[in-house]
Amino acid sequence: MFEPFEYQFFVKGLIAATMVGGLCGLLGVYIVLRRMAYIGHGLSHAVFGGAVVSYVMSFNFFIGAGIWGFLSAILISLTTRKKTIGADAAIGIITTASFALGIALISRYKTFTRSFDAALFGDVLGVTNGDLIAIAAVTAGTLLVVFLGYKLLLFSTFDPEVARFYGVPTGWVDTMFSLILAGTIVVSMQVLGVTMIAAAIVIPPIVARLLTNSFKHMIFISTGLGAFTGLGGIYLSYWLDVSSGATIVLFAALLFVLALVYSSLRERVLRRSSSRTFKVPSDSSGFYD
Amino acid sequence: MLHPFPHKPVAGNPLVRLENVTCGYNGQPVLRDLSLTFMPGDFVGLLGPSGSGKTTLLRVILGAADLYSGQVTVNGVSTLRKRPRVGYVPQLETIDWNFPVTVQEAVLMGCTMNNPLFPWFHRRELTVVMEMLERLGIAHLSKRHIRELSGGEQQRVFLARALVSNPRLLLLDEPTAGVDIKTRDDVMHLLHDLNHQGITIIMTTHEINAVAAHLPWVICLNRRILAEGPPIDVFTSETLSLTYGAEMPVIHYRGLALVAERPHPFTTEGLGRDHLEAHEPPEGKHV
Repeated sequence: MFEPFEYQFFVKGLIAATMVGGLCGLLGVYIVLRRMAYIGHGLSHAVFGGAVVSYVMSFNFFIGAGIWGFLSAILISLTTRKKTIGADAAIGIITTASFALGIALISRYKTFTRSFDAALFGDVLGVTNGDLIAIAAVTAGTLLVVFLGYKLLLFSTFDPEVARFYGVPTGWVDTMFSLILAGTIVVSMQVLGVTMIAAAIVIPPIVARLLTNSFKHMIFISTGLGAFTGLGGIYLSYWLDVSSGATIVLFAALLFVLALVYSSLRERVLRRSSSRTFKVPSDSSGFYD
Repeated sequence: MLHPFPHKPVAGNPLVRLENVTCGYNGQPVLRDLSLTFMPGDFVGLLGPSGSGKTTLLRVILGAADLYSGQVTVNGVSTLRKRPRVGYVPQLETIDWNFPVTVQEAVLMGCTMNNPLFPWFHRRELTVVMEMLERLGIAHLSKRHIRELSGGEQQRVFLARALVSNPRLLLLDEPTAGVDIKTRDDVMHLLHDLNHQGITIIMTTHEINAVAAHLPWVICLNRRILAEGPPIDVFTSETLSLTYGAEMPVIHYRGLALVAERPHPFTTEGLGRDHLEAHEPPEGKHV
């Protein structure tokens, strides 16, 4: 049972997946509630474009892709502020254009030899010490931003327009959020892969939403669940000998099904018990005496 | 539903002043050359058809509509220089009712900018919120999800959110839209009470008889100001037909000016009357 822990690469992968899972779960709450579920999917593709550009220009991957992702996120939030364009459409336009740029560059520079399999499908067992430090730094930064900006983030997620009326600097809040989101996507790519990030961002908060009506509880449940699926997914992927990103996502999807069944059953039980305690109004006319 | 206490505006400097304001969105003016003054203690209803600029007027006071010319001052400070801190209650239909917040969490949002750099809400703020919920009679619902409430209770939640920062000015966008008669009565009584405690209130409404006729001051708006004053003076057939573009008879009843619906010709004359007489209901059906 503890056999895989003897391998250092496994332990590193486990730590990375747990942190990335928690991170995606935490940010996912805000993303899902803003109805931008596909921003994770889109941004990871956009960042892929940035990764290729930074490789071609022989730039540091994290910095190049990070800046690229941040600019894409800002562009999306600016485009959505124009009321005629929905968030889904803005995500679709900006991120696919950025992804296409990456593909165009790869096909233009025939000398391109680097394999992008890891970026596309995730390679958690190839995590290096440098990657771990990057993940830890983004996690620390994100926790700090979410902790310090908890009230501001909550109000501007709930109702951005009214939040502005109440003096919340929503422009700043959006910028900070774009920053931590871009960071999260960049460090998550290595572990989960572009194609799996969307699920890691959407599933934990949706499961949490099924279990609670309170925002505070949703944050804790979603973060914990994200970390747990990261940890459990990697562990399972070792035993099942299946790709790590896919295992994490499938494990999360399984938890979602369980939560869905649980909440439907609970609703049914609550309905039944409330109908059982329904009292026939007492009759004061004495007609039935 | 006439409130028992007469309304007494407080003398002093105007709380809100609009001077030759032209404002709108995306380069399209909605209101043109508008001048208005609101004194502390005013309780004003904004009337007008949909698209007449009622909400835009609220938004320009909040500093949230584009100001093309003129100036808006709240408490003597231009809204361009500083966004005023006023209580704002949005229309209930704009709220995301699936959002996971409890009543307490929703009302606490009103305290967000008290200490924006302090991560959590202060214990004192929590006490203020609970006192406000108590005052509005919904303290027992504080842990409930916002969707599990009745229309009147939901209205109170967002009224509480606006009131926890102790605003001198309260702006409400159609606080009585889509609620039943009892709730409408409760909300309006609550607003009158708040007004008597010194809060200046500006609200928009579509309900002339049930809401506007009972307010001390109304403004008829349709892209510009058509009339303002106590309802008894403002509600005349001429002003109302100017405002709404439809003929509306006004009936005076015990100090109130009430607006009647113009009956459909079928019900009063010609074909309709004959039709009704020809089909006299059978005896005994009426109680």
